[in-house]
Amino acid sequence: MKSETTVEQSVRTATTRKRRSLTKDHWLAIGFLVPSILLVGVFVYGFIGWTGYVSLSNWNSLVPDFSFVGLKNYIYLFGDFRFQADLRNTLFFTILFILAVIVVGQFLAILLDQKIQQESLFRNIFFFPMALSFVVTGVVWQWLLNPSTGVNLFLEKIGLDSKWYTDTTIFPAIGWGKIEFGIPIAMIAVVIAAVWQMTGFSVAMYLAGLRGVPEEVREAARMDGANEFQVYWKIIMPILRPITVSVIIIMAHISLKIFDLIYAMTGPGANFVTDVPGVYMYETTFRGNYYANGAAIAIVMLLAVAIFIVPYLWSSRKGEA
Amino acid sequence: MRGRFSKFTGWFLVLILALVPLAACSSSGETNSSGSEGGSGGEETLDIFSWWTGAGEEDGLNALIDLFKEKYPDIEVENAAVAGGAGTNAKAVLASRMQGDDPPATFQVHGGSELNDGWVAAGKMETLNDLYEAEGWEDKFPEDLIELVSKDGDIYSVPVNIHRGNVLWYNTKVFEENGVEPPATFEEFFTAADKLQEAGVTPLALGDKEPWTATHLFETALLGTLGADDYKKLFTGELSFSDPKVKEAVENFKKMLGYINEDHSSRNWQDASQLVADGEAAMNVMGDWAKGYFVNDLNLKVKEDFGWVATPGTDGMFMVITDTFGLPKGVSNPEDVKKFLSVLGSVEGQDAFNPLKGSIPARVDADLSNYDEYGKETIEDFKSASLAPSLAHGSAAPEGFVTKVNQAINIFVTQQEVDQFISSLEDASGDLK
Repeated sequence: MKSETTVEQSVRTATTRKRRSLTKDHWLAIGFLVPSILLVGVFVYGFIGWTGYVSLSNWNSLVPDFSFVGLKNYIYLFGDFRFQADLRNTLFFTILFILAVIVVGQFLAILLDQKIQQESLFRNIFFFPMALSFVVTGVVWQWLLNPSTGVNLFLEKIGLDSKWYTDTTIFPAIGWGKIEFGIPIAMIAVVIAAVWQMTGFSVAMYLAGLRGVPEEVREAARMDGANEFQVYWKIIMPILRPITVSVIIIMAHISLKIFDLIYAMTGPGANFVTDVPGVYMYETTFRGNYYANGAAIAIVMLLAVAIFIVPYLWSSRKGEA
Repeated sequence: MRGRFSKFTGWFLVLILALVPLAACSSSGETNSSGSEGGSGGEETLDIFSWWTGAGEEDGLNALIDLFKEKYPDIEVENAAVAGGAGTNAKAVLASRMQGDDPPATFQVHGGSELNDGWVAAGKMETLNDLYEAEGWEDKFPEDLIELVSKDGDIYSVPVNIHRGNVLWYNTKVFEENGVEPPATFEEFFTAADKLQEAGVTPLALGDKEPWTATHLFETALLGTLGADDYKKLFTGELSFSDPKVKEAVENFKKMLGYINEDHSSRNWQDASQLVADGEAAMNVMGDWAKGYFVNDLNLKVKEDFGWVATPGTDGMFMVITDTFGLPKGVSNPEDVKKFLSVLGSVEGQDAFNPLKGSIPARVDADLSNYDEYGKETIEDFKSASLAPSLAHGSAAPEGFVTKVNQAINIFVTQQEVDQFISSLEDASGDLK
């Protein structure tokens, strides 16, 4: 059973079906594919190659300089305090973000699945943040969490003098390289905003999955004496596992290359506690004019995403064949 | 029949798809810099690129554009400003436009390294010697200032204003209530700060959400400790960052950081200035665009609600930040741009712009009556002060160095490890050339 048909998969199955049934129009299919292959080849893979080439060059001013310097830019990066902090932040942001999206998404989907009235209204409410851009989310949450307005003002009123949004504490702070390793507290504010934005997606996915579980299965479990909690925990959750995999893949690639939310909301943050490679890349390239260093960061980000995406594409390809 | 039709449409679509990228390429090649043509008989638009979108600065720019339109009603002008304090976003947009050979007609650039080591060194700017000659400007701008916009004897841009970076703003009421006098030296500053802290007022407001504000504070500490001559030597390589005087400056900076508001990293410079305006904090080190914010946005009265002195140790020195406009290479309407630059460099242009922006005119012969008390005093100070280029605003050193300093500052504000900070400054100084 394959409940997670992604867009690429459905497109691929569609094209293969077409090719088989319309063999006479084979050339037409090629005619359609060639332009897009060319465009993708140049504008995606060509540019990736170009970025890789720049990342090995010495182009670190407004004047292009393509002399080959090998891995110098990468070596500089991995010894850099800010980049080490970025890698730490990305790791913990990704873990917290994905965990929260899955847990909250599943919880809300199960609540929605209780055959409540006005279900579509709630569905829309949960799904609505998805329609916003991360930049908008960032700005809104920045207002909400600003120390002199919003949530913090309220917390201050009731006596909790909270500076968590600006906190530079790393928890539990284990020295590692030049940086402290652990969860940056200020990052939690960003995670909340990101979860607020993306949970709607996982709610929709899980709700679709829950609706796909036949009523008979639940009935059978109940007949065997399972209570409602056990029905979900032992029967339905395992069935939903493929959905969880999809959610993880999609959220991972979002969180590994996140830029707009953080740029709009906190920027690099004091001591780079909310900095991520995307923000660093932008500032290095377009503020400092260190084009080669910026390209190196971009390539590292690409590899990080590839670690998640490639095995997934591979397995889905196998599943199809 | 149907099959034939679908074949035909198929080929047609393929043809269109194949032509789209070609068409896109050729059009971007032709309409170099014309950007948005208004369809007015092939007239080129004069797009003026800046990051002046805030209150005060935007008013100044609009006044200047209005003056230009009055004189040259035939030239289409477009205000192509990109929001973001200190050019945070604008500089990135500018870099992509310049490197894509699509330069704006003219753009805001700080005199000094940002212009000379950046765009001029990259071979992207036209010289303006003939314009200066034609307008007779050589003796209308101070010599030091022309130096800031020149490289190897050629002049590359026209200064529109002068901002002073080393200003300590204070809330007069808070100072009066606590019996504090405006401090002139670091010693006086720390005594005053202690007194204010005991009284429960935040002595110094800082908003380093964008780290340049902390760099701004640091550069005034550097200037105050080293003096203008040694300060300038730092960026020409004559004085090393490992010099004990730099360490002393860093110690002063560190001590100042002990008096700032706790939530500094979530505020920007306006938020920090607001703390002073509201009386929650007593002092604030910021360039004199803060005056524009106090007066235009917060409706405060000069000298009555807020006062100012030079930052500790910098009396008689002037951290100069000058906004200038130049002529990029490859612009299709250079004559129109020169017309704009001549308006911008005229007494009329400077006096239309500066009183609203909160800066002082770059020309020595501007009409004093247009300026408020702050402006008048600063114009006088400027005449006799020794000038120092700002680091935070790209006049003293190339952008790359500034970016690295901003990073080091960002770490220092939290960790406050003096030796580590100095060694990262030294590392970065390799980029000074």
